[in-house]
This record gives sequence, structure tokens and C-alpha cells, in this order.
Amino acid sequence: MGTFLRALTDGVLEGGVYGLMAVGLTLIFGVLDLINIAQGIMVILGAYLSYVLWTHLHIDVFVGLLITIPAMFVLGVAIQYLFIRPLRGRERTSMSLLACYAVAIITEGILYQVFGSNYLSMNTYWSSPQATFKIFGYYLPYIYVLGFALAVVLVAAIYFMLYRTQFGRSVRATMQDHTAARLVGIDVNRVAALTFGIGVGVTAAGGMVFGELNAFNPNTGYDLISRLLAIVILGGMGSIGGALGAAVLVITLASMVDVYWNPEWSTVVFYGALVLVLVFRPQGLFGRKEARAQ
Amino acid sequence: MRSLALWRAAGLAVLLAVAALIPLAGNVELTQVSVLVLMYVGAAVAWNIFSGFTGYISLGAAVFFGTGVYTVALITKHLNLVGGVVFALYPLGGLAAAVVAVPFGLVALRVRRHTFVVVTIAVFFIFQLMASNFSWTGGAVGIIPQYLNWDQATVYNPFYYTALLIAVAAIVLAWAIWGSRFGLQLRAIRDDEDRARGLGVKTMRVKLTAFVISGFITGTLGGLYFYFQSDALPQYAFNPFFDLTIALMAFLGGFGTLAGPIFGALLLEPYLGWAQQQVTNTYVAQIVLGALFLIVIIFLPRGILPTVGEKLTAFRAYRRRRAAERGAGPPPGLPVGATAAGSPGPTTRSAS
Repeated sequence: MGTFLRALTDGVLEGGVYGLMAVGLTLIFGVLDLINIAQGIMVILGAYLSYVLWTHLHIDVFVGLLITIPAMFVLGVAIQYLFIRPLRGRERTSMSLLACYAVAIITEGILYQVFGSNYLSMNTYWSSPQATFKIFGYYLPYIYVLGFALAVVLVAAIYFMLYRTQFGRSVRATMQDHTAARLVGIDVNRVAALTFGIGVGVTAAGGMVFGELNAFNPNTGYDLISRLLAIVILGGMGSIGGALGAAVLVITLASMVDVYWNPEWSTVVFYGALVLVLVFRPQGLFGRKEARAQ
Repeated sequence: MRSLALWRAAGLAVLLAVAALIPLAGNVELTQVSVLVLMYVGAAVAWNIFSGFTGYISLGAAVFFGTGVYTVALITKHLNLVGGVVFALYPLGGLAAAVVAVPFGLVALRVRRHTFVVVTIAVFFIFQLMASNFSWTGGAVGIIPQYLNWDQATVYNPFYYTALLIAVAAIVLAWAIWGSRFGLQLRAIRDDEDRARGLGVKTMRVKLTAFVISGFITGTLGGLYFYFQSDALPQYAFNPFFDLTIALMAFLGGFGTLAGPIFGALLLEPYLGWAQQQVTNTYVAQIVLGALFLIVIIFLPRGILPTVGEKLTAFRAYRRRRAAERGAGPPPGLPVGATAAGSPGPTTRSAS
């Protein structure tokens, strides 16, 4: 029973963090109709930024977010402005996918050049063995709980932004219909740029928690983006609640496989679940039917 | 027009002759790189037969490639085969990949666009993880073939000619499909799948056939790869970089055209091969590659060949009109282009 509870808490708490990163991805997809392949490496970039602030300036990783989130936001807006906005024409969708991939390999190359290919860990107070408390008969690091809380706060902020502000109204309108949104006077380009910024900005927080939980190197971005994509597809593309639900669900599932079977197979279960769901529900677990139409 | 076709045929013949002569130069490194270039040409053309013609962007070609690698590796290991006889096994690698393509396609082709891309990535990761986790695939250690006791100077020649054969066969097949009824059905799916279906195209069957053909060619190349690189390792047989590279090659040259993927592969793979040997600056090479791609995507969004072709057509039309405007002036054969070349700007735009 203890093992089960442990797998459950680990899965739910870590799933929340993945949910935050997936929400950024699904938000970008909903507004810009593009898959940001660079989201994985952006998370890693966020982790490296927190690492640099901690090791060189001794800024606590949570305080550092006040710097890294705005920085990643600006980076996201710049990427959208420079590389995504100029794309036009029939192949726009596939081209924007490739543009994001190009951004990803450039970022990866720069990270390799600066930090090398060694795996890094944060080595902060939060990842030390003291920062734990006992629950269900085992020691749970604080960072799991704090990371989950951070994810909840940020997702709540995104929800508030979407459903309680004028800007959020424009975002939702753009998600529903670009042309109609433009007709009622919404500056779709501005909405797209800011949404991309927000989507990339949350990776700073996600990356910080990810870096506290796992050792990382620039290559980790590939593993991460595949997981995030699987989560977003499972939840139904463009559905924010779906991304959150799917994240908690699959990460918990993977955590169960970890504990009861073999850590090496947990990733297979992860992708297997995705394929299985798509056979029976091509629109994802929580997606509406329209989400897959042209 | 007839003379144009003749010129093309002559150009292709010369190209093929040059390609056939490369190993005779006796430069082992050149032959080795050329084998990789030809493999990528074949893989990019195979990718294009499915993804380019139907518009379904697949990032799971490495599934077929790796299946080919492991099929040949496992057969040679268990039957204890060594030497030239292994070359006869390559079609089996392709066959195994084609068999894998059927269930893969039946699942993945139910969804479209972004979701399809992600499903192919997911299937790819399942295969890579299976290769590294099962015991009969050799796990992370992989499978290593017996040492090839051939003359070092010419050891790559058989690989080269096999790769050339596969690449040429793939190109001929792509060309045959392009003009056929089947090819038209594929392109109809690319333009508007629902309408194609309404007009009586059996879309699932057609897509799946193209998927399986593409898988067969890629699997055969995987078989070739096993002995050429002397290993079957999960991270190289099922390599995410392979998926992306061939897609990038096709996009660079011209997505969904016949010559585009060939051109893209010929352009990109020598650079990648060179970059991989730069031990000190390999990351700089990666950054340059990414920057190059951004430039191509933004300034040549439809790929190099179509964009250049468009510009050329516009320029020719402009020249012809200039010649017509002059009426009794010089006939079009004379170098009127010399004066036109100076200012093709604004008029070209209105011409297209």
C-alpha cells in the first residue's frame, strides 16, 4: 500500500509540473496552429538559466524565476516575431514546425558550446537530502510539493488571464477563428506574439523544477519534447484542461510502471498509451471533434 | 520541348556516369562519404514518396530504417553469415520494414497533420526503447557483425554500388508513381483529402500503399547500413536525427517535388558528413546548420528548386515579352537577355 501511495503522490506532483509545460505548448498550438518543437529545449534552457543564477550569483532558484520567466517571455516573443511571423502560404504549418526545429537545434548547439555535454544537477538546498519530509513511510522532497504548487499557481494565473481579462478574451477568440477575430478588430499578430511569449515563459518555471528533479544536458530536450507532445495529443490539441489532466494521468501511469515493473519500460507504456488512445479516440481524451478537423 | 527532354536525359546520363566513377578515384574517404550521401538520397526520395506526395509529414522513417538494420543484423548473427552473401539480405530488411509499416500506418494514418507527426514520433520512440530494452536485440550493446576481411582500399565499393542501385531504383519508382494514377490520387489527398475521398479515392488504402513502399526502400537502406557501419545500436539504428535530416533535405530541395529531395540530400549530407568529423567545432557546425535552415525557410519557403524555378519562369516570360514588345526587333534567340538581366525586379512580379 505504501508503494502504491508513493507512486501515486510522485506521479501526481510531477505530473503537475509536466502539465504546466504542456499548457504552454497547447496554448501556442491553439492560437498559432503550430507545434513548438523547441518547447523541450526551452525547458532545458530555463533549467540552465536557473542553474547559472544559482551557481554564479547565488540567487535562490525560486527567486530567480522573477528574472528567468520574463527573460524567456521576451525570447519567445522575439522568436515568434523573427521566425514564425514571416511565414506565409500553403506550407505555413509544416514550415513553422521546421522553423521551430531550427530554433531548437541552434539553442541546443549554443548550450552544448557553453556548458558541454556533461549532465548537470542543480545542487541547491532543494535537491539536498535534508529538504525532505516523511509521508506514507517514505521521504518526499519538498521540491515535489513546491514545484506542484508553483505549477498550480501559474496555471491558475493563465486561466485567470484567459477567462477574466480583455486580452484573454482576444486569445480565446483567436483560438476559435482567426479571420473572425481579425474582423472584430483583434490584433491577431500581437495576440500570437504574446501567446508565444507566455507559452515559452512558463518553461522557465517548468525547467527550474525539472532541473531540481532530474540531471540534465542539452540532449534531454528531445526526451522532454516527445513526452510533452504525447501529453498534449492525449489531452486533445488546444485543450488546456485536457493537457493538465493528461499530464497527471500519464506521469502517474509511468510512475506506477516504474515502481511495479521496471523503470526502463515506463516510457514504452507512456507512448503505448498514446497510440492506444488514438486508435479509439483520435481527437484525444478530452478533445472535441473539431480539434482534428483540417 | 522535345529538345529540353533530351537535354535532361543527357544530363542525367552524365550524372549517373560520374556517380558510377566515384569509387574508381581510389579515395577511400570519398567513397565512404559518398555511400552515406547516396543512402540519404534514397531515404529522402523514399520519404518524399509518402510524405511529399500526400502532405503527411512523417518523423518516423527511422522506424523502417532501424527495422532493416536489426533484421539483417539478427539474420546474419543467427545464421552466422559473413561476406558478400549478406548483400542478398537487404531486400529482407526492406520486407520486414514493409511488414512493420502496415500496423504502423493503420494506426497513424487515422489522424492528420500535427497529430500524425506526433504519432509517428511516438511510434519511433517505442521502437527505439524496444531495441534497447529487449534482450534478443542485444540491448544497449547492440549487435556487431563479424569482421569483414576485405581489401581496405576497395572495401566500400560494394556498398557504394548497392547504395547507388537502391537510390536510382527509388528515384525511378518515385518518377513512375508521380505520373501514374496512383500518384495523382496521392497528390489529390495532399490538396484536399475529404474531397478526394468524395471523388472516390480509397484514401486509406492509397495512403497505406505509399507508406509501405516508402518503408520498404528505407528498410533496405537500413540493411545496407548494418554492415557498412558495422554495428546495430539502438541510438544509431533508431536515430531521431535521421528522421529530421531527411525531412529537412526534402524541404530544402523542394517539398513534394521529384528532384527536390535528391538535390537537398546532395547538398546537405556532404556538409553534415564534414561537420561530424570536426571534433572541436561540431557544435558550431550544428548552430550553422540551424541558422542556414532558418534562412532557407524564411527566404525560400517552398524549397530551393521550386523557388528558383519560379524565378526562372518569370524571367523567361519577361524576356519573351520584351522581345515581343520590340516587334521587328531582334529575334528571341539573340542575347536580349543581356539588357533585360539588369532590371528584372518590378516587371517580374507583375508577370507572375
